[in-house]
Amino acid sequence: MEVFLQQLVNGITLGGVYALVALGYTMVYGIIQLINFAHGEIFAAGGYMGVILISWMVAQGYPPFVCLGVALALAMGYCALLAMAVEKLVYKPLRSSSRLSVLLSALGMSIFLQNGLMLTQGVYDRAYPGEMVQGGFEIGGAMVSYMQVVIVGVTVFLLVALNGLVFRTRIGKAMRATAQDKTMSALVGINASRIISLTFAIGAALACAAGIMVGMYYGSVRYDMGFVLGVKAFSAAVLGGIGNITGAMLGGLVIGIIEVFAAGYISSEYKDVFAFIILIAVLYFRPTGIMGENVDDTRV
Amino acid sequence: MTTPASRKLWLGYGLAMIWLFVLLWPLMGIKPEGLEFAESFAVWARVAAAAAILLAFWQAKQHGFLDAALLPAQAASALLARAAGRVPTWIWLALLAAAMVVFPFLTERYAHDVAISVLVYICLGLGLNVVVGLAGLLDLGYIAFYGVGAYTYALLSVHYGLSFWLCLPISGAFSALAGCIIGYPTLRMRGDYLAIVTLGFGEIVRIVLNNWMKLTNGPNGILGIKTPDAYWWKDGAFTHIWLSSLEQLYFVVLGLAVSTVVAVYRLNHSRIGRAFEAVREDQTAAELMGVNTLGIKLLAYALGAVLGGLAGAFFAARMRFVSPESFTFIESAMVLAMVVLGGMGSIPGVVLGALALVALPEAFRGFELYRMFVFGGVMAVMMLFRPKGLWPAKRMGARSEERD
Repeated sequence: MEVFLQQLVNGITLGGVYALVALGYTMVYGIIQLINFAHGEIFAAGGYMGVILISWMVAQGYPPFVCLGVALALAMGYCALLAMAVEKLVYKPLRSSSRLSVLLSALGMSIFLQNGLMLTQGVYDRAYPGEMVQGGFEIGGAMVSYMQVVIVGVTVFLLVALNGLVFRTRIGKAMRATAQDKTMSALVGINASRIISLTFAIGAALACAAGIMVGMYYGSVRYDMGFVLGVKAFSAAVLGGIGNITGAMLGGLVIGIIEVFAAGYISSEYKDVFAFIILIAVLYFRPTGIMGENVDDTRV
Repeated sequence: MTTPASRKLWLGYGLAMIWLFVLLWPLMGIKPEGLEFAESFAVWARVAAAAAILLAFWQAKQHGFLDAALLPAQAASALLARAAGRVPTWIWLALLAAAMVVFPFLTERYAHDVAISVLVYICLGLGLNVVVGLAGLLDLGYIAFYGVGAYTYALLSVHYGLSFWLCLPISGAFSALAGCIIGYPTLRMRGDYLAIVTLGFGEIVRIVLNNWMKLTNGPNGILGIKTPDAYWWKDGAFTHIWLSSLEQLYFVVLGLAVSTVVAVYRLNHSRIGRAFEAVREDQTAAELMGVNTLGIKLLAYALGAVLGGLAGAFFAARMRFVSPESFTFIESAMVLAMVVLGGMGSIPGVVLGALALVALPEAFRGFELYRMFVFGGVMAVMMLFRPKGLWPAKRMGARSEERD
């Protein structure tokens, strides 16, 4: 029971992070039907930005929570700018070309960004400053570290904020309208280009927060950490029904929990395989995902 | 001269460069020891200067300032192309064949090594070309078949001592089997979903190779694989020899590559090849014309896998060692980059792509670190400026360039 509870706590922590990254995939796919391969790299860039800013501010002697808050805000802004640059540079000019070209261009961008990180930050792991958040407490035999509390807290805050943005504001309405029908939304005066740019920026900011939290949770970041996590998060988006925001949150949570349990009870060596198997099974048996988004025949 | 268009262009350039600095400086300039500007500024200035020069050239070309230099050059190259067209194709092929045969006798070990790599990648690229270029199925896990082929030969050679020539078809068969197993559940999906699922399968194969200690010896790999053997006329009798020197291996892989080229060429012009292209251009229309689309896709997948498996068996024989590290996603991406760079569906294109992506980096060995960085950038930019590749296929429909 204790082990079960402990796994559940760990699974929820990890699942929240997957949900944050999955949102970026699902929002971009919902609006321009593109698997944004570079999204995993934005996540990794976020992790690096976090380590860069936090180590600098810790060296200047600021208190840990100030460091974390400021670094989170700055890094999210940075990743939003990075994603917008990528979108403007390679995706926007290709908006009317074949899907294969855009996908290949996204793949190229992913390799480009990953190696850019490697060139500027080095091949080796970069460690987060260790003394950020320490300690923890116990519930029913399961250890919950304060780090996990911070991660889950930030994740929940961001998810609620995103929900508010998408479902309660004018911008959110414009985003949903563009995702449904680009021509029609342009006719009622929505600037689709700007909305797409904004979607990339929001997705990137969320992925960046996830990158920082993964970095703090595991203690270090690596230039190629975005690849496997990106595929898992994409699986989460598919599981939840691609294009569906609530679905991505749920899918992330489910994938995170399944992964932790599978690693604990089945085999830790094969833990990366389970997300892929879920992805394949979902696409085979229920391509619309749990939340059931409409899928026309160009998608599946 | 400042037309509104050019003013807008340079304004855009200025904004882009500011944006670039904002993105570049935090990565390079913020260090725990303190802030640093000189290094990041130097990098930024170089990029900015290069971009400015390119833009200036582009503008000059737009306004016709370079016509005096460009037009004669264009005329000359057109003339050369016409003259070359007069020479029958078989003469070019004979010249190429002669050059390939003479090559190892004129060059050194290092060149042999590079040439072998290029030829292996040509085999791989052609195999992927069947899947991506002909049938239009984006496969991001192609290297898995290379891995299956390599491990099949490695295990058969180490445990049972079977000869390379016997194992070559077995490797191909196992890869085809793997292709069908992977292909069957995924081929009902289209486009981008297929891409991500094949990527997942590629990773699963690598993870299994890495963790199935009993069979594959995990990350340590398998040592002691035999090279190909042959019977050679020596001292008045046929004697058994091992083809272990680089020249001998070069000829083995040359044979493999030439057979692959011929096979793909014949396939391209067969009924099946046309069916592949029909499925690529418009699946619904192909189905209406009586093409069994699911079967054809599965066949494309299996054929691509066979070619990958054969290349894999040779790779294992040449290295005499295999480990999961050789079959990562980045290898898949590289083979895909060759196909895309060369021109999807085009055989000379793939050959050119393999040459460009394997041989060119060898020439710039000092910039080894930047290799994948440049690949990624080129792949992304290529789609903007030359989506059909360096040497486009002749029979590429208009539809494949539209959105599907």
